[in-house]
Amino acid sequence: MIPFILKRLGSGIVVLLAVSILTFSLLYVSSGSIARNILGDQATPEQLAVKEAELGLDQPIVTRYFSWLMDALGGNLGASWFTSEPVANALATRIPVTMTMVVVAMILISIIATLIGVAAAVKRGWVDRVVQIGAIIGDSIPGFVIGIILVTILAIQMGLFPATSTIAPGVGAEAWVLSLTLPVIALLINGVTGGAQQIRSAVIKQLERDYVRTLRSRGIGEREVLFKHVLRSAAPAGLTVLSLQLIGMLGGVVILESIFALPGMGPMAVTATIQSDQPVVMGVVMYTVAVVIVVNLIVDLLNGWLNPKVRVS
Amino acid sequence: MTESVETAALTPAADNPISGSSGQTGTVVRSSAFKRILKNPLGLIALVILLGVVLLAAFANVLAPFDQNFANISKTLAAPDSVNILGTDSSGRDVWSRLLFGAQLTLLSALLCAAVAIVIGLPAGLVAGYYAGKFEAVANWVVGILMSLPGLIVLMTIRSAFGPSVWIAMIAFGVLISPSYFRLVRSAVQSVRNELYVDAARVSGLSDLRIITRHIFSVVRAPIIIQTAAITGVAIAIQSALEFLGLGDPAKATWGVMLSEGFKNVYLTPSLLFWPAFAMALTIGALVLLGNAVRDALEDGEKIKHRRKKTPAAQDAAAASAAKAARTTVAAVEAGTEHHLVKVTNLGVGYPQADGSIKKVVDDVSFHVDRGEILGIVGESGSGKSQTAFSILGLLPDTARIVAGAIQFDGNYTVAPGEDKVNQGRLSKLRGKRISYIPQEPMSNLDPAFTIGYQLVTPMVRVLGISKAEATTRALKLLTDVGIVNPGRTFKAYPHEVSGGMAQRVLIAGAISCEPDLIIADEPTTALDVTVQADVLDLIRDLQRRLGVGVILVTHNFGVVADLCDRVVVMQNGRLVEEGPVREILREPKERYTQTLLASMLEGKEPMSMLVPAGSPATASSIAKENAL
Repeated sequence: MIPFILKRLGSGIVVLLAVSILTFSLLYVSSGSIARNILGDQATPEQLAVKEAELGLDQPIVTRYFSWLMDALGGNLGASWFTSEPVANALATRIPVTMTMVVVAMILISIIATLIGVAAAVKRGWVDRVVQIGAIIGDSIPGFVIGIILVTILAIQMGLFPATSTIAPGVGAEAWVLSLTLPVIALLINGVTGGAQQIRSAVIKQLERDYVRTLRSRGIGEREVLFKHVLRSAAPAGLTVLSLQLIGMLGGVVILESIFALPGMGPMAVTATIQSDQPVVMGVVMYTVAVVIVVNLIVDLLNGWLNPKVRVS
Repeated sequence: MTESVETAALTPAADNPISGSSGQTGTVVRSSAFKRILKNPLGLIALVILLGVVLLAAFANVLAPFDQNFANISKTLAAPDSVNILGTDSSGRDVWSRLLFGAQLTLLSALLCAAVAIVIGLPAGLVAGYYAGKFEAVANWVVGILMSLPGLIVLMTIRSAFGPSVWIAMIAFGVLISPSYFRLVRSAVQSVRNELYVDAARVSGLSDLRIITRHIFSVVRAPIIIQTAAITGVAIAIQSALEFLGLGDPAKATWGVMLSEGFKNVYLTPSLLFWPAFAMALTIGALVLLGNAVRDALEDGEKIKHRRKKTPAAQDAAAASAAKAARTTVAAVEAGTEHHLVKVTNLGVGYPQADGSIKKVVDDVSFHVDRGEILGIVGESGSGKSQTAFSILGLLPDTARIVAGAIQFDGNYTVAPGEDKVNQGRLSKLRGKRISYIPQEPMSNLDPAFTIGYQLVTPMVRVLGISKAEATTRALKLLTDVGIVNPGRTFKAYPHEVSGGMAQRVLIAGAISCEPDLIIADEPTTALDVTVQADVLDLIRDLQRRLGVGVILVTHNFGVVADLCDRVVVMQNGRLVEEGPVREILREPKERYTQTLLASMLEGKEPMSMLVPAGSPATASSIAKENAL
């Protein structure tokens, strides 16, 4: 167990390094005009040179990367080139909003999608048809469009929810609930329709397996076959589905946060992208990839626990 | 630039999956699948919508009344009128024209994305699946990384580096999403690689390239079309998301740019949001439906629509009253037949088809088994022998119907005349306790997630109501009885930790654990090594003699029959061909089909003429035996 976790963490660090090198090199492409973008058109060549030296842009890329890496290992992700706010601070104030949305949506999706998916696989009939149609509708309308529809109808036209977030430092729980309800619903609709459909197929696939028939032939009751054997074998597939949804959601929240003007990571990431604010973009990418690596590790551990075959190897 | 990208976007997508060279059969399958898509109303609607969108996009230059960026600043946010049929946006640009040009750019760039993903994923998947080895290991590692990158965040980084180009964004997304093709193709190739016909092609000297193009392309073609429909939809969505965030090129009209523009004016003119959202949902929805239609068309052969059974009213009423009678009191079986352990009378099993007809897989089959007797059911695959066995066990698939006849077990009906389903209420009391089952494929019939011990102990606890400790003692003894040398270790092992032969012994131990009266063995030796086969047959014979149970042995192998059975039933195409004591059937098969079966069993062992004069039965049976071992 411990060696497995260490091995996975090790490969996670390799991935993180690879992504950081790749992102850093990509951002290097656009760093030529950064000083002018920061100082504006009136800046003199001397001022530009000073600024570039200040940002370290006069150094070769390898040197720059290693100085970034050393700082990052020490917990210092640098400061925004445009606002001078330390990236670590900026992330720390915004991540709670983003992750609250993601975690709440993920928990609800896991529960609802599993219940509906299993019901559709076992009962078939109308539940199954609703799941199938739901999946088509969910697939047809991108999550952010659902967000736009929700905000237009429920917030702007009916005024049931704030159209723009009221979350600010020091506000009470009520503001959080009201501001996050619609974006979470938008995440839910897509997550549940897609998730339920795939969990349904995973359960059906297990129900058709030979050992299910043999268990029945041994006189094991239908309920025990379903809850003890089928669900357990279908769980790894379900976990994979949900983990992929979570990865997708990390991008999805960026847009929803922009739609609902939430003070999460999204709007900061968008601004940094447009400005090519390298330290901020690096910070956002590193954080997101780290979350994905941790999620994948958790999923692998759960799968190992569920599947003895994986556990041994 | 645009033009070369356009061709790049169109060529591979059109060439690879759709018109990849294939054999004659491929063409037939494809055209009939295509017909089925057209017959499916949703598939037809999807195709019509897509065709419409593509035509509107292709002729945008002709159809659009204005240039996409022509702005009439004196007429902003105007309502629809005869000049601007969908109104104008905040800069006074014509919404309808922008929608058309938007369709052009949106569709082409999404196709480019799919094309890039195919160009990378398809060859990589083919090589990884066909040759495996180091390449596959490296590819899997790269795939793992690509799949753990959140798409939108990466695209934002790309935008940050290269500026707001929809083409660059879609190429990057194509790379990012290529693992979906890679995995699809790799697993398809892996499953085909070891198929006999690929081996045959290899032996006959075809080059790897020929094998891949001939055999493997025909397998992956359809899944690729389905995948491409899905990915094009996803590409449209993510591209629009990017543009909605203001990361797109504002000089080019796309649906995402229009959405972004509309959202800025949502308080003034919500309709600006509606049109691009509608166009997007319509197009992605059509792609999703088309993918589903292709999938359904491929599965159509096996897929059975859930439809109410259509039977003449009289028959329906009879069935209903019989079912009602069955619920209250179990109908008495025909007098004089109570002593048979199992009696199957005129059994018919069928599957309802999409067109309302019923496809019969078992038709008018009758036989009986007595206590302590081994009955062989022989026939080639598709003869209905397994379906007959599963009817007795009550483990037919959900869609199966009993269309005729009855089954009785120990003097009581499990399927009374007129019932169209096996009565699970009655059978669930018998299954495990009095009727048990030895399956064909040992490894797939044990739940991989539980230890062998657990899978032996639980049925005994449930069926016999004994304690766990007692069941454990019995299970260990059973494992010894079936010839397992180290029962303690096997008890604790998971199914994947034992060999196929040992797993089959475990399944036999499970079948006899609750001391049944009848064991149904479905090809119990087919999946085993030849040496193990003999052991398992000996084991079944030994147990049968010791416990005095009745056995129904389903097999295609006359050797096994000769070795074990007392009587034999020969089946072909769902019908009973011949029945009788095993010696008689082996010595003097009356039916031509039985003769053919027997002859084919002996082929290559001894000259055919040995059997025909019905000379020495001992020789025939010993040869048959040799064949089985």
